[in-house]
Amino acid sequence: MQETFNSLEQKVWDKLQQVTDPEITSVSLVEMGMIDGVQVDGEIATVRLIPTFVGCPALTMMESDITKAVSELEEIAEVNVIFTKNPIWTSDRITAEGREKLKEVGIAPPPLEAKQEGVWEIECPYCGSPRTVLDNIFGPTACRSIFYCSTCKNPFEAIKPV
Amino acid sequence: MTKQYNTPEEAKQDQQFCEALVELMYQLADDDLMMSHRGSEWLGLCPHIEEDVAFSSITQDTMGHAAMYYQMLEELGMGKADDLAHLRQPQEYKSAILVERVNGEGDYMENPDYDWGYAIARNYTYETFKKIRLDVLEASPYAPLADAAKKIKREQFYHLYHWGVWLNQLSDSTDVAQTRLNAAFAKTWEDVDSLFDLGPKADALVQAGLVPSGDELRTTFLNTMKEKLAGYNLAWPGEPTPVGESGRDGLHSEAFVDALAQLSEVYKLAPQANW
Repeated sequence: MQETFNSLEQKVWDKLQQVTDPEITSVSLVEMGMIDGVQVDGEIATVRLIPTFVGCPALTMMESDITKAVSELEEIAEVNVIFTKNPIWTSDRITAEGREKLKEVGIAPPPLEAKQEGVWEIECPYCGSPRTVLDNIFGPTACRSIFYCSTCKNPFEAIKPV
Repeated sequence: MTKQYNTPEEAKQDQQFCEALVELMYQLADDDLMMSHRGSEWLGLCPHIEEDVAFSSITQDTMGHAAMYYQMLEELGMGKADDLAHLRQPQEYKSAILVERVNGEGDYMENPDYDWGYAIARNYTYETFKKIRLDVLEASPYAPLADAAKKIKREQFYHLYHWGVWLNQLSDSTDVAQTRLNAAFAKTWEDVDSLFDLGPKADALVQAGLVPSGDELRTTFLNTMKEKLAGYNLAWPGEPTPVGESGRDGLHSEAFVDALAQLSEVYKLAPQANW
């Protein structure tokens, strides 16, 4: 009984696991910690999405990607995506899998329990060296910064702790 | 204990509170909108490419903050968010005079003889004020605004930090840099009082528990800036003097009208376009 009740919601979660961040396509929205919850009411699925940065231009894309992916489920006739303001997205919402996948594409995950006190320390995603230098707090997207590794001489990006 | 309003519907039940809230929301939204527009006019003109990237990100974030506030105004029944940002008459905008000033001589397309020192001073000043205002809003009696403030603060931290890095490096470099920064702060100071102006409905805003008085904001701001500027070895520009016209009362310069016309040009041409 319990299983039947939860199975459809679980299917929606599985679909969401396939939807990736449009700007970092190796990581899913679930792994980015952007899904606050899923609710299925009859044939209507409601997905609560937490925006990372307020001015993120990728939000509408994520909304349509979610709608498309979840609509593939036969049991679902309608998908609603709600952007929530509470809770707020913080970088420690990124899951352990998400952190590993970020490293694989050369993006350093934010330090855990990051405090916003200016320059933070980060390990190089390529060689693991802590000898890194912040080049620019602002990177190619609002949520990323640019670093340089003094050990392996690679420039790399890092998710900003927020 | 101030009454709490958890949803737009609850706020709308209390007409007096809602009117004050809407007034404040316009001030917040319009300040960020115009500041972001002025920032966007630096695109491609910054001192180096990393700065172009940084200033663009800050500008994008700030426009996002404005959009979030307009969205909240929409929820309060004020009309469509995009229309609020683009289609109001200039005299309906409540932004402070400080945010509407041009970046310098000339114009973006032809001969932008902009003043980077002024960009640093104005942005540092604005972000310092914004932080103080967000600190207050975090405990807002209107829960959606408190949530928004918490969210915005996490991003805004980096903006203020960024302008601080410029001050740190330039104030400690050459005499020219220091002289230009001091001049830039003096120029910024001509308009700084416009930030603490709460507009014609000031009393209602304070009574609703939405903001402390303009005087209180002013004192907090001046104390903070005094300490910061001293830390950067920059001259104290002195006690700010009142600004002639009140942007919060819809009295804006020709520069504002021009900026608004440019900002809303695309939306007026193609209202279906997303921004």
